[in-house]
Amino acid sequence: MVVSLVAASFVVGPSRPNRRKLQVYESGIVPTAKARHKMSVRFYLTAMLFIIFDIEAVFFYPWAVILRQLRWYGLIEMLVFMGILLVALAHIWRKGGLEWD
Amino acid sequence: MSALLAYNGPNPGGLYTDPVGHWVIVVVAMLVLLLVLVTVTAYVVFLERVLIGRFQRRPGPNRVGPYGLLQSAVDGVKLLTKESFMPSGVDRFTYLLAPAIAVLAALLTWSVVPFGIWYGFYNWIANVNIGILVIFAISAMNVYAIMLGGYSSNSKYSLLGGLRSAAQLISYEMALGLSLVPTFIIVGSLRLVDIANYAVHVGPLQLPLLVLTPIGFVIYLLAAVAETNRAPFDLPEAEQELVGGFHTEYSGFKFAMFYLAEYMNIVSVSAVASILFLGGWQGPLLPPVFWFLLKVLLFLFFYIWIRSTLPRLRYDSLMKLGWKLLLPLAIANVIVTALVVVWTG
Repeated sequence: MVVSLVAASFVVGPSRPNRRKLQVYESGIVPTAKARHKMSVRFYLTAMLFIIFDIEAVFFYPWAVILRQLRWYGLIEMLVFMGILLVALAHIWRKGGLEWD
Repeated sequence: MSALLAYNGPNPGGLYTDPVGHWVIVVVAMLVLLLVLVTVTAYVVFLERVLIGRFQRRPGPNRVGPYGLLQSAVDGVKLLTKESFMPSGVDRFTYLLAPAIAVLAALLTWSVVPFGIWYGFYNWIANVNIGILVIFAISAMNVYAIMLGGYSSNSKYSLLGGLRSAAQLISYEMALGLSLVPTFIIVGSLRLVDIANYAVHVGPLQLPLLVLTPIGFVIYLLAAVAETNRAPFDLPEAEQELVGGFHTEYSGFKFAMFYLAEYMNIVSVSAVASILFLGGWQGPLLPPVFWFLLKVLLFLFFYIWIRSTLPRLRYDSLMKLGWKLLLPLAIANVIVTALVVVWTG
């Protein structure tokens, strides 16, 4: 369906390209330099932090489902795990890893 | 993967157990779902335009068809007949792939979302026991669509929009994921039908799960707004700074696909919210389908309402809210719920 929709818009729509139109849109100013330049290191940092904490979240899911059977044993195990991650979060926080300026 | 229709009635000609008949039903159900979904999405766009018009004290679209009801259809045709050109310098393959992924992710989410039609009759395509996990996995593909769209366009606006968007999506995904853990602890299942059927008994009353998981509900609502790139978290496409964000260089139907995917995602987070917190199709007196639509509409109205009420956040405060408030709050919520559940048995 998706492919046919894109194809249809190519077939149905008019096609009158010219050099100006094909240029990158930059509010009417002639574009300078390439778009794919280096990006802020913050984005990489966010991505890495995401990997850590999202895997944590995924670990919680099966644990949450069977917590009623695991009772105190499972709860304490998970609290230890959670504690380690919270220490990590506190460390990132203090080091300024979550600051955006 | 199992039965597609939780149908407790007669089994005409063994259609539900027959291997071929089974697939016939699956395909028919998928096509019906596709049609319904696209129509619903089109009318959500219409609803939003009308409501925002009313919030701003103007009539909104009211010219095409009775009360403007055909506006969305006409818009679709217009976008289809627009020139769908490809700017120079784009990475052709990924440029075309990005909107396809967006729509695919939005549609696939619905394969596991159940919705009550009638008593004991729920329509879904796959009743998987890890339903909510599947939804998260598929909706996470949205990041790829936005990132690839932003990167392949060879435009600075697109790249910045795509980057911001990816960082925002992954930041709020953790809060979103953790906000639901208390629900799973209480229900003890990831199957969406089980969660929807779970009712809290307080004396003679049957209340939805919301009464036990209010904090999770609030976190989910906020994170879901951020996940669907809606105002006040619509920084990836902040018009005043980034023109159109990641879809600046998209035209014609390729743009329409991003648009469609965005609104389809809004409908799906509303549906998931109503299943997880408000009991989905459960409700007194009226038939299930009515209750389900009512609850979904309630959430849709809420999203449109906050869009027209709140100004856009600054980027640093957006990240601060996600990482420093919602994430610790969600973890605390998990710990407290787990303690209470284990304590009370």
